Amino acid sequence: MGAYILRRLLLAIPIMLGVALVCFMLVQIAPGDPLVSVLPPDASQELRAQMITAYGFDQPLPAQFMKWLWHAVQGDLGTSIATSRPVFSEVMTAAINSLRLAFLATLIGFFFGCLFGFVAGYFQDTWLDRLASVFSVFGVSVPHYWLGMLLVIVFSTQLYLLPATGGGPVGASGWAWDWAHVQFMILPAITLSVIPTGIIARTVRALVAETLAQEFIVGLRAKGLGESGIFRHVVKNAAPTALAVMGLQLGYLMGGSILVETVFAWPGTGLLLNSAIFQRDLPLLQGTIWVLALFFVVLNLLVDILQTLLDPRIKRA
Amino acid sequence: MNMSLTNIPSPAQMVPIETSPGYWTSVGRRLARDKVALLVGGIILALVLLALLGQYLTLGDPYGTSMFKRLRPIGTEGFPLGSDELGRDMLSRLMLGARLSLFMGITPVILAFFIGSAVGIFAGYAGGLANALIMRTVDIFYAFPSVLLAIALSGALGAGIDNALLSLTLVFVPQIARVAESVTTQVRSRDYIEAARASGASAFTIIRTQVLGNVLGPIFVFATGLISVCMILASGLSFLGLGVRPPEPEWGLMLNTLRTAIYTQPWVAALPGLMIFMTSISFNILADRLRAAMAIRS
Repeated sequence: MGAYILRRLLLAIPIMLGVALVCFMLVQIAPGDPLVSVLPPDASQELRAQMITAYGFDQPLPAQFMKWLWHAVQGDLGTSIATSRPVFSEVMTAAINSLRLAFLATLIGFFFGCLFGFVAGYFQDTWLDRLASVFSVFGVSVPHYWLGMLLVIVFSTQLYLLPATGGGPVGASGWAWDWAHVQFMILPAITLSVIPTGIIARTVRALVAETLAQEFIVGLRAKGLGESGIFRHVVKNAAPTALAVMGLQLGYLMGGSILVETVFAWPGTGLLLNSAIFQRDLPLLQGTIWVLALFFVVLNLLVDILQTLLDPRIKRA
Repeated sequence: MNMSLTNIPSPAQMVPIETSPGYWTSVGRRLARDKVALLVGGIILALVLLALLGQYLTLGDPYGTSMFKRLRPIGTEGFPLGSDELGRDMLSRLMLGARLSLFMGITPVILAFFIGSAVGIFAGYAGGLANALIMRTVDIFYAFPSVLLAIALSGALGAGIDNALLSLTLVFVPQIARVAESVTTQVRSRDYIEAARASGASAFTIIRTQVLGNVLGPIFVFATGLISVCMILASGLSFLGLGVRPPEPEWGLMLNTLRTAIYTQPWVAALPGLMIFMTSISFNILADRLRAAMAIRS
């Protein structure tokens, strides 16, 4: 077990390096002069040359990459061109807002995904099963940014029940778990939860169906175990995989919430990315992508290790 | 042409043979019996026809703006589905929008199907160091959620159709390559491959005659499933302002420009999204049914 975890940790290192390389290259593939935002248009050739040396653009790419990585791992992701604030603190503030939203969405998705999945798995090939599978196909096929718009139309513009956009009554600052703040979170969280609901429902249905078809269930029934006892065994068998899928979904939601955050103007990493793209704020774009991708890699790693610890049947060499 | 010869039955006709239908014939028969598959297939066919012929079918003017006819509700005289924020006919724009939306949703998957299959089959067949190098590179792209990668790439490259297509293709190549590699690795160890190798066939010949036929099916089914994702992502890029540029009609871009109209004409504003949803769910269901008909386990 210890050896497996160590091996898994070691394998993550080249992946993380690769992810850093991709993020570094994002700025390199971007068209345009990297100095255009820091130099005045009438800058002299000498000043230009000085800046190129100062930023290290005259060095070979591998050297530039090593320098960038060295700063990045210490939390120095450069300065935002638009706001002149350090990228790292901008990303972290936004990431906490995104994480709060993604976490709630994952919980909603886990609850309904398990509910639909268990019902569908227990009542296979009945109308309940078909209804649940229609729901999960719906969940993975709906453009979630459109679903968000629909929810705003229904609950904000027609019924006046919930606020349409924003991260709180006084903007992005100061979060509290009271109704004044939480009401801003409801529509985006529901919108985001649709994808994990569909995926978890599919997974749980397959797990329940597979477990119920196994011989030990027949054995337990023959022994006289009641339905609630059988249910306990099914839950025990399905839980590790379902939890793992839930963990991965949290990562997908963190990285994939840009469209939904844009619809709801939720002050998270998605909205930050959006403004970085439109202000051509490349350091901010690069830093945000790096933090989100790193979060995804670490989460994958944790889920993998936890699953191995939770489920003794998984023997990994 | 000698008339007397036509009465002589050919040898094939003389022997009545009950041949079992081929694999593709039976897949086709299963699909033809599947009502849901036929329904979604019909929807997709209609959308493709709309994309090809939309410009000849539109009654209104999809580009003509009018400040006096902005944001008319659904069912207005002359605007059956209302008008958009610049007074353009929604029905015409939705119809014409099928062209760019489908193009952006399908092209990256087709490109990624060819590139990803080639890379994955090569990695799977070659094995060893080449496999390790290719697959570890694929792993790196896998470490990004696909929405994030697509937006990161097109965000860095800048707005435009070409850049969006390039980013989306790059998102799907690793996914397809991984599937292609895994099925090829399974096929590679089969006895008939060994037999072909023993009989002196070159690697290229073996891949062409023995491997391709056995791996393309599963890769194809996987790729069909990606079209649904690609539709949502491509429209999402345009929705963010990264894909198609105005004034071209594209559903994601239309949804973006109509966003401000949700307080005045909410149902008109929601229409482009309905088109994206319909297309995406049709492709999703078709891929599911195809997988079942081809008896491929996901």
